[in-house]
Amino acid sequence: MLQLNAETVHTCRDTIKRLSGEDVSRCFQCGKCTAGCPVAIDMDVTPNQVMRLAQINGRERVLASSTIWLCLSCETCSTRCPADIDIAKVMDTLRKISVAEGYPSPEPAITGFHRLFLASVEKYGRLNELELSIKHNLAIMKPTKDIRLAVGLFSKGKINPFGGKVKDRERVKKIFAESQRFVKVYPESIEREAE
Amino acid sequence: MMEYGYYPGCSLHGTAKEFDLSIKESFTSLGLGLKEVEDWNCCGASSAHETSEELALALAVRILSQAEKAGQKTIVAPCAACYSRLKMANVEVAHDAGLRKRISHIIGQDYQGNVAVRHVTEIYKENKDRLAASVTKPLAGLKIASYYGCLLARPKAVVDWDDAENPTTMDELVTSLGAQALDWSHKTECCGASFSISRGDIAVRLVGDILGAAKLAGADAIAVACPLCQANLDMRQSAAERRNKTTYKLPIIYISQLIGLAQGKDAKALGLDKHMVGAEKVLEKLSAAPIPHGEKKPVAV
Ligand code: SF4
Ligand code: SF4
Repeated sequence: MLQLNAETVHTCRDTIKRLSGEDVSRCFQCGKCTAGCPVAIDMDVTPNQVMRLAQINGRERVLASSTIWLCLSCETCSTRCPADIDIAKVMDTLRKISVAEGYPSPEPAITGFHRLFLASVEKYGRLNELELSIKHNLAIMKPTKDIRLAVGLFSKGKINPFGGKVKDRERVKKIFAESQRFVKVYPESIEREAE
Repeated sequence: MMEYGYYPGCSLHGTAKEFDLSIKESFTSLGLGLKEVEDWNCCGASSAHETSEELALALAVRILSQAEKAGQKTIVAPCAACYSRLKMANVEVAHDAGLRKRISHIIGQDYQGNVAVRHVTEIYKENKDRLAASVTKPLAGLKIASYYGCLLARPKAVVDWDDAENPTTMDELVTSLGAQALDWSHKTECCGASFSISRGDIAVRLVGDILGAAKLAGADAIAVACPLCQANLDMRQSAAERRNKTTYKLPIIYISQLIGLAQGKDAKALGLDKHMVGAEKVLEKLSAAPIPHGEKKPVAV
């Protein structure tokens, strides 16, 4: 059960606001975001529930939810929200907080995919589609997944086995090394008080 | 001749080769030129975005800065995901000078914010008179469901040239090619392409919903303008058929390929032989011979 505490009730809301500029307290639970979300039925907490939990500092539930990883960033919700909240951006912010605080991902296939995608870009500066799918299938221990599809793609000349590469790869490495997770400052100490 | 900067992105050099081919073919007939951004890098797509705000911005801004350095004022990005990332990056650095400085430092070169990012459908729309004039073989009798997907018409801050809920740009284009644009339900429903590899079960379900809706509307084919949508709707189609115990057999054709066909170009030169779900039926309907395999025979209409 979520215990409301007058001192901390707005911590999560305030963090989201500081990091994304979005104010979840504007949400009045109309449910439109969830109604139009293509993956709401796959989520353990629906988008409108995420909004409510964020309003009352239910941060643990939200940060550990599958929802933030299942969100496709399709922007359907943001387009339709009558309170003008960019819900997709809130999801995005929650994902980053969740990673920063070390919450385990309830969707390892998805988080693993993002990691492999970025590893490819870091290495070559461009995405190597073939290497990405092979590595992903090995990681989830299904090395022959989609093998027929891959053969078909090869025969149609759609797979470039070597992939493209950026000439200035040093710069790409630098970009990866110097970029920070949050553009705005994220004082973790404030967050910890809530516990 | 008008020449645009061109950001193909990783897909158009790989699985979406035919999008690249057909854009170039159709642009030539429109008297429009394209020049690739020098030494471009991946835009980072949703993976960078979900990991680090700065990384996502830096990758996108390096591309814009490369274009600016070469004096390119407008770049055309055919992938809806790249388009969205690049245009969003432009919006973000325009609003925050400090952020622009920090990003310029990370990428090791300056960016003044002077490069406009445009989607290829926007360019076609803008040149609709030339386009209509270039049609030599109208796509008469063809019923097309135009699929915009999630990022072509949204969010409003990025796409100011079409309606977020009921976009019509592609419908107008296919109409001008002589085809029939269908009114249907799933124009902007997300196809889940980013889960195509990681959560295939979800992607296949969403693909099935979209294909079913297009079938219900009586479509001969679905027109797309994003390599991720094309790959997902095309490659996951057989899995969606197995899941829903039905057959769709709906070719997923790039808008640029439809334009090329109407301009009388060879189906193979437009890469119409590169899809998993073949376009033979569509070509037959245009009273053409099936796609010539091997030999380069122009499609007679
Ligand atoms: S659409 Fe907006 S106001 Fe309605 S429940 Fe969702 S977040 Fe709240
Ligand atoms: S952006 Fe995320 S939460 Fe919003 S509708 Fe799309 S998938 Fe659902």
